[in-house]
Amino acid sequence: MSHFKRRNRLKGILFISPWILGFIAFSVYPIVSSIIFAFTDYSVLSSPIYIGTANFEDIAFDDIFWKSMVNTLGFSIVSVPINLILACGLALLLNFNIHAKGLFRTLFFLPSLVPMVCLGVIWRWLLNGELGLVNQMIQPALELVSWLFDTSISAPSWLEDPLFTKPGLVIAGMWGVGHSMVIFLAGMQEAPKSLYEAAEIDGAGFWSKLRHVTIPMLTPYILFNLVMGIIGSFQIFAMPYVLIDGANQGADGPGRSLLFTATYIFQKTFRDWDMGYACAISLIFIALIATLTLSVMKLTEHKTYYAGK
Amino acid sequence: MDTHKLSRTGNLILYTLLILFAISFAMPFAWMLSTALKPLEETMSLPSRWIPSKLQWQNFSEAIDSMGLFWRYTWNTLYLCVVSSFGATASSALAAYGFSRIDWPGRDRIFMFCVSTMTIPFPVIMVPVYTLFRELGWIGSFKPLWVPFFLGNAFSIFLLRQFFMAIPKDITEAARIDGASELRIFFQIILPMSRSALLVVALFTFMFVWNDFLGPMIYLTEQKQYTLALGLQAFQSQQAGTEWHYLMAASTLMILPLVFLFFLAQKSFIQGITTTGMKA
Repeated sequence: MSHFKRRNRLKGILFISPWILGFIAFSVYPIVSSIIFAFTDYSVLSSPIYIGTANFEDIAFDDIFWKSMVNTLGFSIVSVPINLILACGLALLLNFNIHAKGLFRTLFFLPSLVPMVCLGVIWRWLLNGELGLVNQMIQPALELVSWLFDTSISAPSWLEDPLFTKPGLVIAGMWGVGHSMVIFLAGMQEAPKSLYEAAEIDGAGFWSKLRHVTIPMLTPYILFNLVMGIIGSFQIFAMPYVLIDGANQGADGPGRSLLFTATYIFQKTFRDWDMGYACAISLIFIALIATLTLSVMKLTEHKTYYAGK
Repeated sequence: MDTHKLSRTGNLILYTLLILFAISFAMPFAWMLSTALKPLEETMSLPSRWIPSKLQWQNFSEAIDSMGLFWRYTWNTLYLCVVSSFGATASSALAAYGFSRIDWPGRDRIFMFCVSTMTIPFPVIMVPVYTLFRELGWIGSFKPLWVPFFLGNAFSIFLLRQFFMAIPKDITEAARIDGASELRIFFQIILPMSRSALLVVALFTFMFVWNDFLGPMIYLTEQKQYTLALGLQAFQSQQAGTEWHYLMAASTLMILPLVFLFFLAQKSFIQGITTTGMKA
């Protein structure tokens, strides 16, 4: 039996060997060498020199680094819940047996197929201060408010005003919730009909069914979308880069309002060639992501309902 | 949920919301198309009109011309997409087989490692991976962009493993008793039964590579190697965002193949998204 087991292990490892190579090259090696580089002064052009914790000491007093952290976390805290609620709401609407369901579902899903670079270009046009569609749409509302309160409120220049760049990015991101919507929809269709029927017999209306049946049944899906949303928001790079024409105007936006951690790592690496510093930032960021993901899972562990598992 | 159980107002609210959302989600597309078909003056005059005074279909060919190497970018992108899709499907199928159809001690613990790599964002490992490729002399070539796909990827392995696990044991057990090797079982029984899942993996890899921006940006050095994503960004920054009709035409051209793929393989898309969302 043990001979048989050993042979099976050999076979199994042979089958997964491509992945093992990939795991070593693209997970183990980068993390280990990040740890090493983080304690060095290193640019690709010269070999690394050990400098102890100097990088971390610099980071502690690096205002730009803290700005990038605050931006990333702030963006995450705002955009992830908004997208989650929107995706869930759309899935709820589609979960009714409505007319032209396929049409609505396709329409809500399609924007999530749009490549990040196209998203950036399209929204740069939509959010254009003078000619953008968004400002043309809100203009009547702004005029009404201005008239009512006898003030003058003008439409924001979304991509030039540091106050509005992040809201602009959040709006653009909302367009792509189709992916999580499909996951929610699948989750809703998993929920056994008997539960709804039982709830109806007990006289439950729409809201109480939503609160006591749909949402509890959806918790694993909410958790999945939440974790994926957090990870996705933490690597945001391409969209803001294109949105503010990073190649011409620097990748971080007016007043560094779109400087995210990924952007900062990119700048430190490929603009300043300060790779030791970039690795130190990456390490801090990895630690943050790991803590966050684990604590989200821990926090929701008891509240998660897995049907039949 | 049934609509006829809803009250009249309930139905009214439901459809109003649906239509409002539908309009909001369609609007950016409509605006993109409308701009793509306008003469330049009409993109810059207010109030904007939705229907161009004259449909300028030539905007598309002019956008292609002014992007310069459009067809070169398209070829590069397609090449990378096809090679990567093949690599990801082949290597991930092998790994998924080892993680599901063979019983060996420690398997599931190693699989947890595999799944957990999905949570590492690329920017965080970008520096060491870049230096690795630099040591290998691969910067400025396509290799850093396609070779990694031949070493399996967690998302695809996860998806295929789910699928392989659902295939009943008896089917392969009979072949095993007849003395068939694992590789033979893999190629002759498991793969043919998993066509739809393999298609999902190929499709998602294709999309990922088509959309990828950061990878090509750091690894490619010459404009003639650019992918469409990079080419579009270069196009918009080169003319500093003024010729919006061309930019929208170019964006449309880059999105169209994806929309086409989606309608061609709608089921696979939905299946792919839901399988990975199922057991988080």
